[in-house]
Amino acid sequence: MSPLKIKKGATSHSAYNLRPTFSDVVERHTLAVLVENEPGVLARVIGLFSGRGYNIDSLTVAEVDHTGHLSRITIVTSGTPQVIEQIKAQLGRIVSVHDVHDLTVEGASVERELAMFKVSGTGEKRVEALRLADIFRASVVDSTLESFIFEITGAPDKIDAFAELMRPLGLTDVARTGVAALSRGE
Amino acid sequence: MTRQMSGAKMIVQALIDQGVDTVFGYPGGAVLPIYDEVFQQNAIRHILVRHEQGAVHAAEGYARATGKPGVVLVTSGPGATNAVTGLTDALMDSIPIIVLTGQVPTFMIGSDAFQEADTVGITRPCTKHNWLVKETDALSGVLHEAFHVATHGRPGPVLVDIPKDVQFATGTYTPPKPSVSHYQPKVKGDMEEITELVAAIEKAKKPVFYTGGGVINSGPAASQLLRELVKSTGFPITSTLMGLGCYPASGENWLGMLGMHGLYQANMAMHDCDLLINIGARFDDRITGRIDAFSPKSTKAHIDIDPSSINKVIKTDIPIVGDVGHVLEDILKVWKSRGRQTNSEALTKWWAQIEEWKKVDCLKFTQKGKIIKPQHALVRLEELTKKYDRYICTEVGQHQMWAAQYLGFEDPNRWMTSGGLGTMGYGFPASIGVQMAHPDALVINVAGEASWLMNMQEMGTAVQYRLPVKQFILNNERLGMVRQWQELLHGERYSQSWSEALPDFVKLADAFGAKGILCSDPDDLDDAIMEMITHDGPVIFDCLVEKHENCFPMIPSGKAHNEMLLGEASTQGVIDSKGSVLV
Repeated sequence: MSPLKIKKGATSHSAYNLRPTFSDVVERHTLAVLVENEPGVLARVIGLFSGRGYNIDSLTVAEVDHTGHLSRITIVTSGTPQVIEQIKAQLGRIVSVHDVHDLTVEGASVERELAMFKVSGTGEKRVEALRLADIFRASVVDSTLESFIFEITGAPDKIDAFAELMRPLGLTDVARTGVAALSRGE
Repeated sequence: MTRQMSGAKMIVQALIDQGVDTVFGYPGGAVLPIYDEVFQQNAIRHILVRHEQGAVHAAEGYARATGKPGVVLVTSGPGATNAVTGLTDALMDSIPIIVLTGQVPTFMIGSDAFQEADTVGITRPCTKHNWLVKETDALSGVLHEAFHVATHGRPGPVLVDIPKDVQFATGTYTPPKPSVSHYQPKVKGDMEEITELVAAIEKAKKPVFYTGGGVINSGPAASQLLRELVKSTGFPITSTLMGLGCYPASGENWLGMLGMHGLYQANMAMHDCDLLINIGARFDDRITGRIDAFSPKSTKAHIDIDPSSINKVIKTDIPIVGDVGHVLEDILKVWKSRGRQTNSEALTKWWAQIEEWKKVDCLKFTQKGKIIKPQHALVRLEELTKKYDRYICTEVGQHQMWAAQYLGFEDPNRWMTSGGLGTMGYGFPASIGVQMAHPDALVINVAGEASWLMNMQEMGTAVQYRLPVKQFILNNERLGMVRQWQELLHGERYSQSWSEALPDFVKLADAFGAKGILCSDPDDLDDAIMEMITHDGPVIFDCLVEKHENCFPMIPSGKAHNEMLLGEASTQGVIDSKGSVLV
C-alpha cells in the first residue's frame, strides 16, 4: 500500500470533528501529518507544539512522495480529548500541512518502530543477551568480542520490553526511530 | 504571459498585478534593487515611514480601513526585526498584510553577514506563513501565493524574505492565476449545523448575538446580512472590541460592547442568555472573564472560519466552520424557508429585562469643575465629529476603552484598534495608513500620551505626505490602565506608572511643522476640537484630563460577567489572589 493512500474525506471526521467529547483523561494519540516537503516545515510543526505547550512523545519525518514533494510526519502525542482536538485543528491550519489524520480514532492502524541496542558484556550475560534477542526476533547487526548491536523492529511496547530485559545484561546505548504508523485496510 | 525580468522588477510587477496601490516601507542595503525599481515607476505609491514598526501598523490601518491587504517593504536584519511587533499584532487581530523583507545574498546566508538575521526563523511564529525565496524563477509564484494566503481563510500577516542576489538575477515572471494553491479553506458552513442553529433561534427565549472581528473581515456584505438577521429576528446584539461597526451603534437592538470594560447590559445579557450566537469572535479572555462562570445557562453556537477557534476556550454546542458571510446567508435562507419563527412572547420579556439593565446607565459620569474628564472629551469628540466621514484609530489603554464606550460606529472598517496584542504605539501609524486609503476622510487617533510617544517619530511621515491625521491625546501624565490596576490590585503603589519630562506637545507639533493645540479647560473644549477638525493638516491635540480617572465598568480579573464593578465605590480588594495572577 502506498503511504499516501488515506481514505478521502477522513479529515472531516477527525481533525475537524468538532463535537466535543470532553473528559480529563489524558489519551495517547498517533497523528499522521502530510506536509509540503519544504524548508522549515518541521520547524513549523515543532514550533506549534512548543509554542502552545503540547507534548511530543515521539516524532518521525521523511519524504514519502518525491514527485508530489510530500513528507509524512508521524507524531505521538498525549493530552485530554480537548487538547488533542485542538492539536489537530492547529496542525490543520498550518499552510504547509495538507492533511491531518488521527490514526488512533480513524479505525485500526499498525504502529512500528525500529531500534538499535548496544549491549556490552562477556560470559553468561553475553550469551543470555543473544538468547533473548532471538526470542524477540532482534537481529545482530554488529559485534565485537565484548559487545553486540541488536536491531529490533516492532510496536513500541515490544521495544520497551526488550530494553528492560537488556538493561541488566549490559545495555549501554539505545537509538530509536520513533513511531511510524499506517491505518489498516483500504 | 510569462516574461523575463529581474527579481526586483518582478516584485513591483507582482504588486501591480495584485492591485496594490500603496506600499509602506523603509529602504536599506538588502532592498536597494527593489527601491531602484520603485523609483522607476508610478503605479505604486511608496510611503516612507520613520520606523519599520510604523510601516507595519500603517499597513494594518490601511488593510482594516479598506478590506484590502496592506503591503510593507523593509530591509534585512533590523528592518525585519523591527517589523515583528506589527506582524504579531496582525496575527492576533487577523489582519491581512504582506511584508517583503530583503535578505543578505544566498551565498552569505548563515555567515553572520552585516544586517543578517534569520528572518523566516524569527517570524515563523508571528506570521500566518512565510517564505525564503532562493531562486528568482520561484519569486513571482511565491508572491502571488503570499497574497492568496494572507487574504483567504482566516486573514493574517505573511512575510516573503528575498535575498539580494535573487533581486538582481533575471528569471521568468508568471502573472497571478486563480486557485493554483492547495490552500483553499472551507467557506460554506455545514447545512446540518446551520439547520440546528436555526431551530435553536426559533425556540430561544433569551438569545444574544455576540459578534466579532470576523464579521468585519468577511466583508461589508457580511455586515449587511448580520443587520438583516438582527432586524428580522429582533434579537439583541453585542460585539467585541474588534467587531465594533458591524452593527450600527444607533441600531435598535444594540447593547454596546461586551467584555472586561463592556457595557452592563451587554455583559448581563451574555451571562443570563439561553442562546449565545458567536459570529466571528473567539471567546477571548477579555470577553469571557471567569471561564467556569461564563454564560452558564446558554446553548452556544460558534461561527468561525478557523476550526481551531472552536472549542479552544469555551465548549461549543453548535459549531459551524465557515466564512461569516456565507454562513449568515445560509442561516437567513433556512430560517426564512421555515417560516421566520421566533418565540416573540419570550423575546418581549427578555427585552424588558434588558431595558432594566440599561437603566443602570453604566457609562454615566459627571463633568464638573475646571478639569476635563476623559469621558467628557470623548463625548464632545463624538458629538462634533459623528456627521463627518470619520475613521477612528486608538492606541492601547484607558483611552482605548473609553473610545470604544463613548464613540459610536455605524459601519464596518471605521474602527482601527489593537485588540489581541494590545500594542501601545499602534494608533498613530495606523491613522497614517487609514488616511492614505481615504485622503479626504476625517481620521482621528484617540491616544494616551504614553502610547503616542511610542511611535511619535511618524509625525515626520504625516507631515511629509501632508496627511491631515488628528492626534487626539488624552493626556493624564500617567500610564492610566497600569495605574488603575495598581490602585485596584497593588495597594495603590504606583510603580513606574507616571510620565515625567513629557514634551510640550504644541512645541513638538511646531518642531515637526504641524499644528499643536492645547486644551485644559472644559469650556474651551468644543472650540478646540472644531479647530482641530477644520485645520487642513496633521494636528497634535494635547487634551489635559483628570489624572486619576478610572475606566468603568470593569469585570475584575477572575470574576464573572455578573460581578462587574460599576464605579468608584468599593474597588479595594475586589480582585482575589487567584484573579491577581491574570493579566
